[in-house]
Amino acid sequence: MEWTSYLAPLAQGAWVTAQLTVYSTILGGLFAFAFGLGKLSHNPLLKGFSVAYIEIFRGTSLLVQLFWIYFALPILGQAIGLDLRFPPVAAGVAALALNIGAYGAEVVRGAVQAVPREQYEAATALNFTGRKRLWRITLPQAIPEMMPTFGNLAVQNLKDTALVSLISLGDMAFRAEQIRNFTQDSVTVYTLVLFMYFGMALVVTACMKLLERYVGRWRAAGR
Amino acid sequence: MNNATEIRDATESSDPIIKFDKVVKRFGDHVVLDELDFEVQRGEKVTIIGPSGSGKSTVLRVLMTLEPINDGVVYVGGEPLWHQRRGDELIPAGEPHLREMRSHMGMVFQQFNLFPHMTVLRNLTEAPVQVLGINKAEAKKRGMELLEMVGLTDQADKYPHQLSGGQQQRVGIARALAMRPKVMLFDEPTSALDPELVGEVLNVIRSLADEHDLTMLLVTHEMHFARQVSDRICFFDQGRIKEQGKPEDIFTAPKEERTKAFLKAVLDPDD
Ligand SMILES: Nc1ncnc2c1ncn2[C@@H]1O[C@H](COP(=O)(O)OP(=O)(O)OP(=O)(O)O)[C@@H](O)[C@H]1O
Ligand SMILES: [Mg+2]
Repeated sequence: MEWTSYLAPLAQGAWVTAQLTVYSTILGGLFAFAFGLGKLSHNPLLKGFSVAYIEIFRGTSLLVQLFWIYFALPILGQAIGLDLRFPPVAAGVAALALNIGAYGAEVVRGAVQAVPREQYEAATALNFTGRKRLWRITLPQAIPEMMPTFGNLAVQNLKDTALVSLISLGDMAFRAEQIRNFTQDSVTVYTLVLFMYFGMALVVTACMKLLERYVGRWRAAGR
Repeated sequence: MNNATEIRDATESSDPIIKFDKVVKRFGDHVVLDELDFEVQRGEKVTIIGPSGSGKSTVLRVLMTLEPINDGVVYVGGEPLWHQRRGDELIPAGEPHLREMRSHMGMVFQQFNLFPHMTVLRNLTEAPVQVLGINKAEAKKRGMELLEMVGLTDQADKYPHQLSGGQQQRVGIARALAMRPKVMLFDEPTSALDPELVGEVLNVIRSLADEHDLTMLLVTHEMHFARQVSDRICFFDQGRIKEQGKPEDIFTAPKEERTKAFLKAVLDPDD
């Protein structure tokens, strides 16, 4: 078989990989903010829940999390009379997002805490409420600080999507495995896939850089 | 009955706008304000001087509600600052009370502390819009008036990092004034500035000192300036007022040895 004939199925897989990456990165970003801020909360319940989430998802492997959500959760659901069967896409996005969210939460927490205390005091002196201080003063300064690490996490997430092929999701890694089984042409298939992942990583990096520049545009003013 | 008259008296306008009543502030075992008694009258311009660590900044930070107290009572406009009244009792203040009390004060910081992610004009309009609920157009108009007052109308759309230290501090003053405080607190407003930039900031503060209704509390090492603008100088030492009086008395005829030694050290540092 011609190597060009691999391209169509691989492109299909790439589309699935791209979707998984985009959805799980966005959802993971939301988790990162929710639980990163939750960990900084003075409410012990919120704080405890956030810490537990972060530790559990950072302390276990993504593969196990994925299998747990896809295989174990439905059975547990059955036991308590709930339908917790998810389609592979949903299970994949959930596992990736929860995983990346746990790492991202630590980044959010760190960046928020790194905003100088003086900014907090200036906002208090101007009588901002706690909430407005967070949204208007602290986060706009913290978010640009998070962006480089978020960029790395997004690329990490792209690479991690390959794991979801193990719950028979037709992503790029899954398609590659299918073609290899059929043709035994490991070298060509995996070389192609290698470059395709690399190309996608470049795109993700470029997008994150643009976002980084956008959220931090005030820093560059007049420079 | 005694209490009732006390409360009524406390709100009369002839009373001091600021009153520290045996206020104690500790950091761990370290006593920073030591049963401090201190009063400031409405419209009075008071300068606090004293050696490093004597508690000058702490007095301002307590007033700005940035630093809670351990004992005693602080009154602002006759109302307890760190407490609220429940019947005849004073209980620790909650956030709503603190927010209400904060609205009387404005603070200018040594390191300016402008919001780096906002333009100069936005620094002046953000709190009026977000906190006071003033509409944006009005806040901008007022912001531009304040920029005119501090001589920075041409910098409205710049970001703080594009300004010199002296310009940043003038924005800092304008930002505090935008909230229309009754009391302005200045904590060493020129200490972080290059010497050639000190004058422009002092000129702005001087123009404020002419405002009859504005109460000013200034911590500074600019003794010459303090003498010009202050109604009273308070010399702080170890968390108490060691000596206070009219500028001409304090600077020309201090009574306490500590005051003499301090003034000698700051006025002719070469000896
Ligand atoms: N957050 C804090 N934790 C512990 N100690 C503190 C804290 N803030 C201030 N202090 C101590 O309290 C004392 C008084 O501090 P304060 O800042 O009021 O002094 P100051 O008179 O303003 O001095 P300076 O002229 O150096 O600014 C100092 O000894 C300082 O080390
Ligand atoms: Mg100080």
